[in-house]
Amino acid sequence: MNESAIDVRGVRKRYGEVLAVDDVSFGVSAGRLYGLIGHNGAGKSTLIRLMLGLLAPDAGSIGILGEPVLGSRFREVRRRIGYLPENVSLYDNLTGAETLRFYADMKAVDARACAPLLQRLQLADAAHRPVRTYSKGMRQRLGFAQALLGDPRVLFLDEPTSGLDPEGIREFYRLLHDLKQQGVTVLLSSHNLAQLQDRVDGLALIRGGRLQAAGTIQQLREALNLPVRIHAAWHPHVNGGPRELLRGIRGCTIETSQDGECTIACSQRDKVGVLSALLAAAHAPNDLRVQEPSLEDVFLGYSIAPEQDENAQP
Amino acid sequence: MRNLDLRVLLVLARKEFWDRLRNRWVIAVAGIFTVFALVIAYFGTAQGGAVGFHGMDVTITSLVSLVIYLVPLIALMLGYDAVVGERERGSLDLLLSQPISRLELLLGKYLGLAAALAVSTVAGFGLVGVVLSYGVGLPALARYGGFVLSTLALGCTFLSLAVLLSVKAANRVTASGMAIASWFLLVLVYDLILLGLMVATSGQPYADVFPALLLLNPADVFRILNVYAMEEMRALYGLATAMPGTLTNPWLLGAVMLAWIVVPLALAYRSFRTP
Repeated sequence: MNESAIDVRGVRKRYGEVLAVDDVSFGVSAGRLYGLIGHNGAGKSTLIRLMLGLLAPDAGSIGILGEPVLGSRFREVRRRIGYLPENVSLYDNLTGAETLRFYADMKAVDARACAPLLQRLQLADAAHRPVRTYSKGMRQRLGFAQALLGDPRVLFLDEPTSGLDPEGIREFYRLLHDLKQQGVTVLLSSHNLAQLQDRVDGLALIRGGRLQAAGTIQQLREALNLPVRIHAAWHPHVNGGPRELLRGIRGCTIETSQDGECTIACSQRDKVGVLSALLAAAHAPNDLRVQEPSLEDVFLGYSIAPEQDENAQP
Repeated sequence: MRNLDLRVLLVLARKEFWDRLRNRWVIAVAGIFTVFALVIAYFGTAQGGAVGFHGMDVTITSLVSLVIYLVPLIALMLGYDAVVGERERGSLDLLLSQPISRLELLLGKYLGLAAALAVSTVAGFGLVGVVLSYGVGLPALARYGGFVLSTLALGCTFLSLAVLLSVKAANRVTASGMAIASWFLLVLVYDLILLGLMVATSGQPYADVFPALLLLNPADVFRILNVYAMEEMRALYGLATAMPGTLTNPWLLGAVMLAWIVVPLALAYRSFRTP
């Protein structure tokens, strides 16, 4: 059993009239890659700032690596935390190397750790140029290098891939994967659902400051009972099609497109039955594609059916 | 209060200091001080029809009336941005997420800025001091040294005030407005109000209160420290009876200056300590 690296319990934060975070609870086990999903302004950044002790909650408690945030020993915990803020703001007058050195000094990290990090994030060539000459992606990578100083055990990354090009994004997730292998817990926020889809171990959906659901993508899919889409195509001269084949399975909807491809929508439970029926037929389809509901479908599903909250608690 | 980590203080102070050194703030301010001090030393008495160096005490008196306007303004401009600037640019969160305390952040920044101010003050006025030292005795030079030191103290009091404004202000524009207002109030208006009150009440019922009220303004403390505390100056201006002897005690004045540094910083910490 993994220890809980992040433990958020009943946290509430109010800014004047606005309830920015409303009774949010979730936990992240050590070594997991966890996504915080929500629109801009949903409360993701506030939640991250609460977890870092940059804000004090009005109610509830947060523990990081077993220590209460803002408790007497939290300063030590901060040595083992890396943080990349949203739209990271660095000092324009410092060079990349100087920037990293400054944060290393504050964390009491050996200055010799800086050069390999710059190398790792492909900033070695620009290390001695002032940050004001950096592109947005380079700033983001320098911010990430800063977060990695001192081999943190927990990483908080707020919209970490904004400003990165597709190649940069892939490289970024490859790095996160390596870190995960070393047992680092990563919490990252994003509104880019497609990007997180196959990469996170678990996620929390935040809307209007409230936790709508938390768990693995599969758990959330099942809780919503979103339909699976099966695309099937037959040779043009084959007669019959799926309608008769699937007569025995209720609750399926079948659409046929102009070019003869069928899209069958069925529940998760019936997925295997539908596929077996299709394959067992005398005229089996010559092509099949199974499309699981995407993270976007899940996200939209929860915005349409918010009352299903409780079902998806992990 | 938690223990202060000196290493962290040094890291933060060093960054502030190097920033000011690199953007040439230190050299620019030192240059301003040098030019003004030289001009005043040699042409300060031109209105009286004479040009040239007329002795250390006259020079210090003229310099005091310049420094009392210039240094508070420079210190306020140096410090008003310290916290609110980081907040507005969005770099404060990252700083506060580091294993440092909020007290260390405030003090580290303050010390770094004070060091920048100290280097420009000592370099700017010190250079002139070397030039002026030809032909004057050691006591006169010591008095000049005292003037430079009190100038630095004056700068540090307004820098402390600036850091307080920087913590309190919601944004940089407000902070700079508050800084200019403080300068206007403490440097320009305060004495006028006191004088007005003194004349309006004929100075009679509150004769002891007015000199004490001067201690509530670091600019006035600086003036008393440099002018009234000098025996010759008091005789020269016929002010020997204007200030009670106890209030011109340099130790008391020094303690008041120190309070003007510590109290605004403590207030700044009080409002900055809770996230």
